[in-house]
Formats: sequence, C-alpha cells, structure tokens
Amino acid sequence: MPKDHGIGASTKRREDVRFLTGAGNYTDDINVHGQAYVHFLRSDVAHGRITNIDTAAAAAMPGVVRIFTGADFEGVGGLPCGWQVTDKHGEVMKEPPHPVLAQGKVRHVGEPIAAVVADTLQQARDAADAIDLDIEELPAVVNMKAALEEGATKVHDDLSDNLCYDWGFVEENKGAVEEAIANAAHVTTLELVNNRLVANPMEPRVAVGDFNRATGDSTLYTTSQNPHVIRLLMGAFVLGIPEHKLRVVAPDVGGGFGTKIFHYAEEAFCTFAAKACNRAVKWTSTRSEAFMSDAHGRDHVTKIELALDADNNFTAVRTETYANMGAYLSTFAPSVPTWLHGTLMAGNYKTPNIYVNVKAVFTNTVPVDAYRGAGRPEATYQLERVIDKAARELGVDPVELRRQNFITEFPYATPVAVEYDTGDYHATMDKMLELIDRDGFAARRAESEKKGKLRGLGINCFIEACGIAPSNLVGQLGARAGLYESATVRVNATGGLVVMTGSHSHGQGHETAFPQVISEMIGIPEDQVEIVHGDTANTPMGMGTYGSRSIAVGGSAMVRAAEKIIAKTKKIAAHLLEAAEADIELKDGQFSVAGTDKSVAWGDVCLAAYVPHNYPLEDIEPGLEETAFYDPSNFTYPAGAYACEVEVDPETGVTTIEKFVSADDFGNVVNPMIVEGQVHGGIAQGIGQALLENCVYDENGQLLSASYMDYAMPRADDLPEMAAYTVDHSCQTPCTHNPLGVKGCGEAGAIGSPPTVINAILDALNSGGHKVDHIDMPASPSRVWAAINNAS
Amino acid sequence: MTKVTMTVNGKSVSGDVAGNTLLVEFLRSDLHLTGTHVGCDTSQCGACVVHVNGAAVKSCTMFAAEAEGAEVATIEGQANADGSLNTIQQAFQDYHGLQCGFCTPGMVMSAAALLKDNPKPSEQEVRAYLQGNICRCTGYHNIVRAIMAASGQEVPAVAAE
Amino acid sequence: MYSFDIERPTTLADALAALADDEAQALGGGQTLIPTLKQRLASPSKLVCLSGIEELKGISRDGDTLTIGGGTTHGTIARETAEGFPGLAGLASKIGDPAVRNRGTIGGSLANNDPSACYPAAAMACGATIVTNSREIAADDYFQGMFATALEEGEIITAVKFPVPESSAYIKFEQPASRFPLVGVFVAKYADRVGVGVTGASEEGVFRWTEAEAALGGNFAESALEGLSVSGDGMIGDLHGTGAYRAHLVGVMTRRAVAAAR
Repeated sequence: MPKDHGIGASTKRREDVRFLTGAGNYTDDINVHGQAYVHFLRSDVAHGRITNIDTAAAAAMPGVVRIFTGADFEGVGGLPCGWQVTDKHGEVMKEPPHPVLAQGKVRHVGEPIAAVVADTLQQARDAADAIDLDIEELPAVVNMKAALEEGATKVHDDLSDNLCYDWGFVEENKGAVEEAIANAAHVTTLELVNNRLVANPMEPRVAVGDFNRATGDSTLYTTSQNPHVIRLLMGAFVLGIPEHKLRVVAPDVGGGFGTKIFHYAEEAFCTFAAKACNRAVKWTSTRSEAFMSDAHGRDHVTKIELALDADNNFTAVRTETYANMGAYLSTFAPSVPTWLHGTLMAGNYKTPNIYVNVKAVFTNTVPVDAYRGAGRPEATYQLERVIDKAARELGVDPVELRRQNFITEFPYATPVAVEYDTGDYHATMDKMLELIDRDGFAARRAESEKKGKLRGLGINCFIEACGIAPSNLVGQLGARAGLYESATVRVNATGGLVVMTGSHSHGQGHETAFPQVISEMIGIPEDQVEIVHGDTANTPMGMGTYGSRSIAVGGSAMVRAAEKIIAKTKKIAAHLLEAAEADIELKDGQFSVAGTDKSVAWGDVCLAAYVPHNYPLEDIEPGLEETAFYDPSNFTYPAGAYACEVEVDPETGVTTIEKFVSADDFGNVVNPMIVEGQVHGGIAQGIGQALLENCVYDENGQLLSASYMDYAMPRADDLPEMAAYTVDHSCQTPCTHNPLGVKGCGEAGAIGSPPTVINAILDALNSGGHKVDHIDMPASPSRVWAAINNAS
Repeated sequence: MTKVTMTVNGKSVSGDVAGNTLLVEFLRSDLHLTGTHVGCDTSQCGACVVHVNGAAVKSCTMFAAEAEGAEVATIEGQANADGSLNTIQQAFQDYHGLQCGFCTPGMVMSAAALLKDNPKPSEQEVRAYLQGNICRCTGYHNIVRAIMAASGQEVPAVAAE
Repeated sequence: MYSFDIERPTTLADALAALADDEAQALGGGQTLIPTLKQRLASPSKLVCLSGIEELKGISRDGDTLTIGGGTTHGTIARETAEGFPGLAGLASKIGDPAVRNRGTIGGSLANNDPSACYPAAAMACGATIVTNSREIAADDYFQGMFATALEEGEIITAVKFPVPESSAYIKFEQPASRFPLVGVFVAKYADRVGVGVTGASEEGVFRWTEAEAALGGNFAESALEGLSVSGDGMIGDLHGTGAYRAHLVGVMTRRAVAAAR
C-alpha cells in the first residue's frame, strides 16, 4: 500500500491551487505605488569602445525621470564572482571587473550601456532610442581556441590574455596518467563539443527596487533562486548597503534551472536607482533580452582519452577541456568546469588514473555559468560517449564494458578527490535493462527497418554530486560562500508550525514535500505545517536552491531544527506527565510514557510552552522555536542508468525517440510524484540539448539563436509518448551521512539523457552501415543527414 | 487613447487604452488579472493564452482594441462557482501537470479549448495541440497525462509504485 | 512598440479610406506584424485592423473554384476546406499553433510573403488568383521574392481564388524552433497539369519546381521524380541547415507530397 502521508507519500501539491487559478504572485505581478520603469540600452555589437554617449536630448523627453550611464556607477562596486579557482601553477584566476553598466567598453551583445528610468516603459524605450551613442567596433573573439592564440584580440585590455585559468586536476596524477596511456592495450580518443544552451525558465527575470526614505531601507523583489545570496553579494560587494537595511524578496519564481542563482546587473541597478530616484523602479525582461542577458550554460570543447588494458579494464582517463566563460565571470562560473566537472570524471568506474585539464576562456559572448547539472552533464557526456566509442572499436558489448569497470565497494575514494558514500550501479543497470526490454530490441529494429528507418539503442550510466559541501572544504577550493542550509521551526501555541527555510521553491514543490518530513517526525497532519521561504526578512540566512540540494541540505537543516523542537517538547511532556524524560515517546502526535497508558497530545504540550503555568521554568525557557544550520559532511551521489531507442530517417536525418527509460538511485524519496516530475523535466532538457537546443554566435559575436524562432525549445510532440516512457527510482541506496538518507533528484535527468540519446543515434547510424563515430549535439536533422552522407 | 468595453470572465469591463496596448497588458495592468503571463515576445510560448469569443488566442499578439465587444475568458474565471478547481485544473493537480506554475494558465486555457473541440483527443492530438505552449519544467509528460485524464480517458497513475 | 493609433473599420470601404494615409498599415491577424512591432521594426502611425470586416471573411465554392476571403483565419480554412480541398486544409491546420490559427489570416500571410510561409506554396502550385480591392493578380505574378509582392501601398487582399485540384497534399519539413517550414512542398494534380510549389527553401522566396511539374504531369507518381533534383545554389543556408540540405529536402518532400496526394 502506498503511504498516504509523510515520507514516501505522493502528496498532491498544495501550491498548485494558486498556480492553477491565476493567483500566483510572481515578481512581475508586484507593483509598488508610484513605481517608474527602466529600459536598458544594450550593446548591439560584441566588442567595442564607447566613444561618445550623450543623454541630454533623451533626458529631456516626456516622462523621463533620469538616465544612468557607466559614469553613474564609477563609485559602485562591480558584480562579484563567488568562486576563485587556483590554476595548475598555483596562480589565482584572472578576475576582471564586471560593471553594472558598461565602463568605456562593451564586451558582448546585450551588455547594458545606459538605463533610462521613466514614468512608463514606453517613454523609457522612446528616450533610449534618443540617446546619442557612438561605439567604435572592435574585432570580436568568439571561438575559444582562437581566443587563446598569440596576438588574439583581448576581451579585457588590462589582462595579459584571454585565459582565465588553466586548471589541472589532480596535478599529481598527471605523470601516472601519461604512463598508463603509454602502456595501454587500447586508447580511445574523442573530441566533442558540449553545446552552449540557454536555460530559458518560462518566467523571464524581473526586478523591482524600492526605497523607503523614512527608514532608509531598500527592498528588492527579484526572480531569484537564493534571495539571501543576492542580499549578501549586492549589499556587501556592489552597493554597500548593510544587510539590516536591505531586504530581498523572491516570491513565486517561474523556474530557474541555475540561471536565477546569479546576481545580475539589472537587480543591482533597480535597487540603486530606487534610492537615486526616490521612487520604486521596475524592470521586466523580455524574452529577447533574456537571450542576451541571462547567463548561458555548458559550452565546452573537450578532447577525452580512455585507456584500457588487454582485458578491457579502464586504466586511465585524460581530458583537455576549453570552457567558455563569456565576457565576464558570472557569479559561480569558475566552479562549473572545475570542481563541479573534474571531480565527476571517475563516473561510475574504478579507473585508477585520471587527469583533467580545463582552460577557461574569455570571449565576447554572454557570461556562461551553471545550468541544470552544471559541469556534471559535461563530465558524463564525454565519459559515456568515449566508453561507447571504445566498445564499438573493441567490438564488445557496451553494457558489459561498463559493468566490468563499475565501482562496487563503498565508500570509494576516486582519484579525483571525492568519496562516494554509497551506490549500487549494477542494480540500476539491471533495472534499466529490464525496463528497456533489451531482448526485444532486435525485433523492434527489424520493424523499423521495414519502414526504411534506422533504429538504435543507446545506454548511459552516470553519477552526480549534489549538495556541494562541506563549507570548510569548499572554502579551500575557492568558494567564497558557505554551503550550509538553514531552517527555523516555529511551533505555534496550538501545535501548528511554520518552517522558515533558506531553500527556495521555484517549481520543486518544497511547500508540499517539506511538511511531509515534519509530519513523519511528529505525527501531525501535513496541513498543520506551513513553509515560508523567499524573503530575507523572515527566513534565516540560507544559501538557496541549486545543485539538487534542497531536500538533502535544506531538508536536513529542517530535520535538525525539528529534532531540537522534539527534544524540548519531550522535556515539557515529561514534566506534564510527571515521568522521566528518557521514558517519553512521541508517536502520531501523542507523547506517552513507555510502558504506561499515560499520554499528552502534541498540541497540549505546545500550549504549555506558550502558556507556561504548569511548566518547569527553572529548567527550560518557554516558547517553541528552534533554528538549525546544517553543513553536510560530504556531497551526495545519486546515480543512474538510462536507455533510449531512436529511429532515424536516413532520408531526412530526423531522429525520433521511440522509447526512453531511466533507472535512478536517489536514496530515500520523500514524494515520489514530485521526484518523477523532476526527472521528466530533466530528461526533457537533456533531450533538448541532444536534439534541439543550440545557442549560436556568428564570427562577429552576433547571437543567431536570439529568440524562440531560432532556439528550439522542446515541445510536447518532441518527447516520447506515455507508453514508451518510464522513469523509475526503485533502486535506493540511502545516503549515509544526512538524516533523511536522501540524495537529490533535480538534475539527474539533464545529466543522464544527452549521452543516452547520442549513443542511440550512433548505434542507429552504424546499424545502417554508416560508419559514424561522432556527431555533435544537437543532433539536428541537417547534422545527422550530413553525417550519413559524409560517411557513405 | 481608445475606450474599449468587453466582457471578461462574465463581467463587463471597460477602460481607456492606447493603440498599442496589447490585450495581455490590459488584462494584467488595467484589470489586475495577473494570472495571464508573458513568457516571450515572438508569440510562441503560450503563457498568455486566453479565450476570445470562445477561441484560444495569444493575448500578447492581439491588441486590446481588437477585443472590443468580445467575451474574454482568463484563468481567473476557470474554477467552479464554489471556488473549487474545475475538471481540467483538478487533473493538473492530480497528475502533477505543473511545477513552477508560470506556463500553467496558458496550458489550462489551451487544454480547455482543445477539449471543447475534441472531447476525447488521442495522445498525439494532445501533443500536437500543445505546440504553441512551452513548458520548461515538466517535460510535458504529466501535462499530457492530466489533459487525457480530464477528458475522461484512462491514464497511468502518478508515481505508480 | 512605437506609439500608433488603431482603427477598426467594419467595411472594406472604410478600411481603404483609412489606409489612404501614407503612414497607415493594415493589420490582418497580427500574428507576424505584432511581434515585428514589438521589436520596433515597423513604425506605422496608424494600424487599420481588418478583423472586424465581415465581407473579407468566409469560404465559398463555385464549380471548381474555391474563393477564400482574405480575412479568413487559418483555423476556419482548416475546418471548412477539409472535405472540398483537403490539401489546403492540411496546410492550414499545421500553420503555427491553434491559438495562432485562430487569429492569423490567409490574406495577411500572402501580403507578408514570408519566405517560410506556407500558403504561397499552395497558391503557386494551384495557380491561385490573388484578388484585391482593385484587381486580380495571378500567383505567378504576385510573389516577387522574400517579403515582396505585387501589392501597391494601401491595397488589400480581399480574397484568394483556388482552382480546386483533383488531389493535392502539402508536406512541411519543420524548422525545429519556429516550426515554420525549412522546406514545404505543395503538390496539386489537375486533369491537365500538376503544380509543385516550394516554400522555405529559396533565397528568392516561393517558387514552382517546373521540372517536377513536367515530370509529374506525364506520370503522377513518385517514380517520375527519380533523377530530378534542385540545386543548392540560391537556397537558404542558416543554422538550421545548409542550402544543399534544403535542396535535398525539396526532392524528398515533393516525393512525399506526391505519395500523400495519390
């Protein structure tokens, strides 16, 4: 019998009611009395020097409140970077200033140059058109390898070159890796591109800055995954506003996928301008602006070598990756190709020697930062593609090649500095093979061939690392932030309670899932628990939501706070029941004395805490409110095995997904319905990366895929039908180091699916006699058709 | 400015609009019906879908002045008279057909238009109909499931264990 | 958008009078024009909205001629020609998405002549006649390259006349993002000839593939197309496909359209 409440129940989401009735409260739904609107004049060239900017005529236009340019921000800090990477020589990365409004130069199409604040948006836009702006266009650098060539145009004049850092990991492994490759029985090499993507949450970014002249307090309403992080970065590093005078509110947020983690110029601007204009200032991004101002994702170019011995055991992996940073360092950009990527290069395999080299490069493009998976999809993609290629070269079964190299004993310390606490990779592989019905594949392929189609089966295994931690370790790795999470549990006098969490929900369903945990712990109905999040004024300092961390880190903080509450209520119950504290048991909302029929209800104990008449005031304080900060001792390591079957139409190159299955190990699961939804969404984004999505610049740094007219978002008919699609999470090896045994599920789908799809396409093409061993993502019809024709 | 009068969710409303005021702007700014969302500027995402005279339209690609005299229905008018979720809304909750909720109003309005014309659509028909509604969270799987269920057809339960 | 006034005439005569103003522009269903206005790529002082003009709407058949009012939406065409002219209904039913089809009109599409619009392929294949407030224009004369037509300033498409073919089909190979045709081919078979209209592919806009028309005129079968191909020169090349790929697709889509029409 499935559970109907508590941990493991598919409780329906309470937040749905407001979203389904149009009663959500998104940032663009917030209007402050008397607000003005800002329109940003953005660069239409990728690289240039601002030789003249005259706003006088524009400022005189109707409705204009004030026009700001870079000059207004000379005394204001730039946008900070939250992670400092140290390169293979021990040097810290290059960290050029990142101005709120361009200072002298523009470095990517879309960079804000001036900001017009006016009574209406129309007036702001009209005035922006009237700004007299001259830009001396400079050559743009777009291609990463060209950017590193001697004499290449520099994105930042003050830097010696366009290399942000050259990172080696683990540098001490390098010699052993070289030796293993030199002595290998077989080496498979693959060069590939991990395509640049745009996160595209359906809600574009919005910022509303407000300033209260009476109190001197600033408020920012913003579309953020982590309002406390924005408050800290913007307050301390950009605008110099102490945190007690700055409130950041992230209300209902329409999806994030990483791109709403970062601190952006527009939100700093609105906060700054509200004070400068003494009037609330609102900015709502258009989708066109989003394409050229939201941080992009991925954009790696990689060469990977896999060495095997005569028995097909993996002996070494060596990679060389070029990672695009774009024109400036976005908030967490440097960590993505390094600590979120290099550490994952062992995958599910006991490869003894691994060396990862990453060259991060500045180019005249939009900054690149974390997008769903962030580094882990890039690691998985290259590893799982090269393993499949090796299997083809060696003529061995790709399933068996993986199996024989699986890590099977835990904990397992990889050669790339992480320790997997638990896992069972054979179990997820077994489950995946059962779901895909591998035995029936030959018959399905024959059916496809009768229709003139090529059918392929692709598989993939992956590991991810969620809930990045602990803080003291990541601090040594360059993180400029703590990676704990917080929760305050406030019990009301009649027993209902509120959890104020630093985690932010923007689709993940925290408002439903977190109460399930409390309900399980205390035994009260879920509807007696309310979740408050997204407002720095009423939640403890928290790091927000990213990297599949909410239940593992935020949930654990909540458990710790609830444990403190339970400990205190047991003391009170012991007093009320005149029993020893050690004998008190809490079950189904009742405190009882072990071995007796004496009991007192949860609500009565809570009431006693707030009406402490019969109460041990000499021993414990009245009230019931506890806060916990939870800092994990390790990452969690979800893992899985995915498979898909594709049909390729050799005449047109069109690929369709005929079957897709996932077998994930997320450890314990709080709400299976929500978990499955997360996997569905991740897989759709992964299939999107593999088949559809591509953010493309031309050689001049003009963004070609600048709207949904050219950036192909997955639609309902791009994805597999219900009968051909199964997501499974029945393999569960609970995390050993957090109280819930949970691992996180938000990114798995996006990590596991791209190589699955590409491996399937290559299997299909090779089955048709087309000797194709690589195709870059997205495997668009034109690329597949070209691959077939070049191979024939 | 032009004066427009229309019926929105059964109530007669009027307002003064500029020529370039979009229907969605009139709904959101003048009528404070913020359930209808704007997710793109190329008429593709469908977050703004409402019904005008019974037909699904993108309210970001129609001027308010063009809705003069029209019957407009938005997400705010979809619940049952007692405030409970209607069949389609309830199916979206039951089958977890939404996550962040931003595309949801448009999805529900498109689903309602589909089921009015085609009360028992096939899965392929549902997927084809949603071509103009983009969701980034759900992968559409549970949206399709919810719409099929709302049409009274049998679909696999969520999180079958 | 820039500022402009909007007028909503209810008769063609009033619309024409309103359009006499140099800076005025006609607004059909707006599904292309409104996004263009949002990007500030057009700056009319006045939009003359045609959607309130009943005389521009509707579909009628007289013998083998189907006349469709310029203000008829794609959705209406998809529904109402399903029996009489299924090839055209199929084309209309796949334009944009359902909400777009409820607003967008055939007259608006033909007046804009986007190189990736669907109707021009049908109009060319069928030898349709574009009827305006002042004259009738043969399709062959009407389309004059990307976004260029024979229309004069202030001229309104009031109707399109299609000779209804014995059989027809439109096959669209969709550009994955916009879902506009990367290549779309309309094949129309008449008693005495076959028309093949190709959209999406050429830098010159819609064109008739006359070699295929000749071959199919003698033998309306896929096999008649064997050995025929169009050149990749002059074909659109972009991030979604090269000119050579589009040229290849013209052949494939034509074959498939013939198969669907048979």
